Amino acid sequence: MSDARAPGEDWVLRTNKLSKQFGDRCDLCRSVDPSVLERNFCPKCGTVYALRSVSFDLYRGEVLGIVGESGSGKSTILNCLYYDLEPTSGEVFVRDFEEGQTNIFSVSGQRRRHIRNHVLGKVYQNPVHGLRMRFSSLANIAEKLIAAGNRTVGDMEDRARNLLEHVNIPTFRMKEAPANFSGGMQQRVQIAKALSNNPPVLLLDEVTTGLDLSVQAKVLDLIKQIRRDFEISMLLVSHDLAVVRMLADRTIVMLNGTIVERGLTDQIMEDPQHAYTQELVYSLL
Amino acid sequence: MNAVLEVRDVTKEFTIHQFDKTITGCRNISLTIEHGAFVGITGRSGSGKSTILKLIYRSYVPQNGTIMYDSRDLGLLNLASCNERVMLQLRKLEIGYVSQFLNVVPRTTAREIVEQAVLEIGQDHATAQSRAREMLAHFELDESLWDSYPNTFSGGEKLRLNIARAMVKHPRLLLLDEPTASLDVHSKTRVRELIERLKTEGTTMLGIFHDIEFMGGLCDREYNMQAGFLS
Repeated sequence: MSDARAPGEDWVLRTNKLSKQFGDRCDLCRSVDPSVLERNFCPKCGTVYALRSVSFDLYRGEVLGIVGESGSGKSTILNCLYYDLEPTSGEVFVRDFEEGQTNIFSVSGQRRRHIRNHVLGKVYQNPVHGLRMRFSSLANIAEKLIAAGNRTVGDMEDRARNLLEHVNIPTFRMKEAPANFSGGMQQRVQIAKALSNNPPVLLLDEVTTGLDLSVQAKVLDLIKQIRRDFEISMLLVSHDLAVVRMLADRTIVMLNGTIVERGLTDQIMEDPQHAYTQELVYSLL
Repeated sequence: MNAVLEVRDVTKEFTIHQFDKTITGCRNISLTIEHGAFVGITGRSGSGKSTILKLIYRSYVPQNGTIMYDSRDLGLLNLASCNERVMLQLRKLEIGYVSQFLNVVPRTTAREIVEQAVLEIGQDHATAQSRAREMLAHFELDESLWDSYPNTFSGGEKLRLNIARAMVKHPRLLLLDEPTASLDVHSKTRVRELIERLKTEGTTMLGIFHDIEFMGGLCDREYNMQAGFLS
């Protein structure tokens, strides 16, 4: 079993030189020297380099934080991993898909759907993207279960009920549409949906942004609890350093589409090396 | 040689880019801690005592030097450069750190904090519950506090909880960053008793103490830190 791998070898998701550009590129920015770029775009043709050769490993059972300012490429990573965006180049391997031997971008639509439905779960910043707002909460979860090949209505309803209970949605509201729910409740339904197929990897995109503090605490409690109960690996994108400090074992710092620093979370917070990380950490209240 | 930890020529400097300035944390530090030993570091505030502990715990990354640690499960490792994942496992299973501040996730009760520490080292729930009870009782934390959140605790109560959390795991190496600084004499005595007990059980410890006299007789060796140098 992969659990027997030595620490440092037990990755579940490996990202290798992931790059994403928006634009056609020109002779100037095609030259390999990245110093021609102004922040993350080409001053001549305007091509945006959202991700530039990003590589990292996510290990079994860990929470990896990704921090950085708006536009630094944090969400683009998750969008590429969940097939919401096609990367320009680069490879991603997932241990639970063909033993981690196959680049997930090299496979057909059908196998992509398999990965999306069985291996990954994603929670969007805006629940509108992760939920069908006019369908019931139960139906939302059933949709994901059906996509993964379930056909027994009774089983699916039981599973959905269990999950919604787990995320503290009261039983009498389970048949209600998330459109009626508060932001925090919608986020918890989204988490329940993402968890429904027991994915080994969960992608969390600014899940607590815009929620008030007590609701935010509930969502964070839930994430902690999930981590304890299911041993899921999580990629946690957030510009809130306090959230990352609380949840992440290791942290990656992004700036202009590249990783400028990585390390143990407390090391990033207490001994930041890069000028940008220092600016970020010293701004922490 | 039977050293658990061997620090060789470690230097730490902090570069603050904004002010284009470099601050020295410590310079050419070397020290060895044998298995089961209790080593104390004294020195004035700002002399770099905590820097050494944080380097060993990898909260800081040194500029040069090696920090060789003899792991129970993973053999000899350089903590200055080993894989982060390995370091996380060591923190979970072998190396404990008691800081001057209690760092916990909000809305976790004192009891849960100590129980979770026991669960982390792979014990079952029943063991976690009984060990947590024993530890909280030992530190005379009022039972009415066990199921409340530490943000309402006094400084001394927080500190005792912090120590309880680290000691309950019986780590192979325990780093103590002024664990008695803000405690009254009575609580200090409890900490001392527990240190004595851990010592007889074979725990290796490196501690920073303002009031080293209080630990008198317990330390196998004492170092004094001055302006980043160890003597």
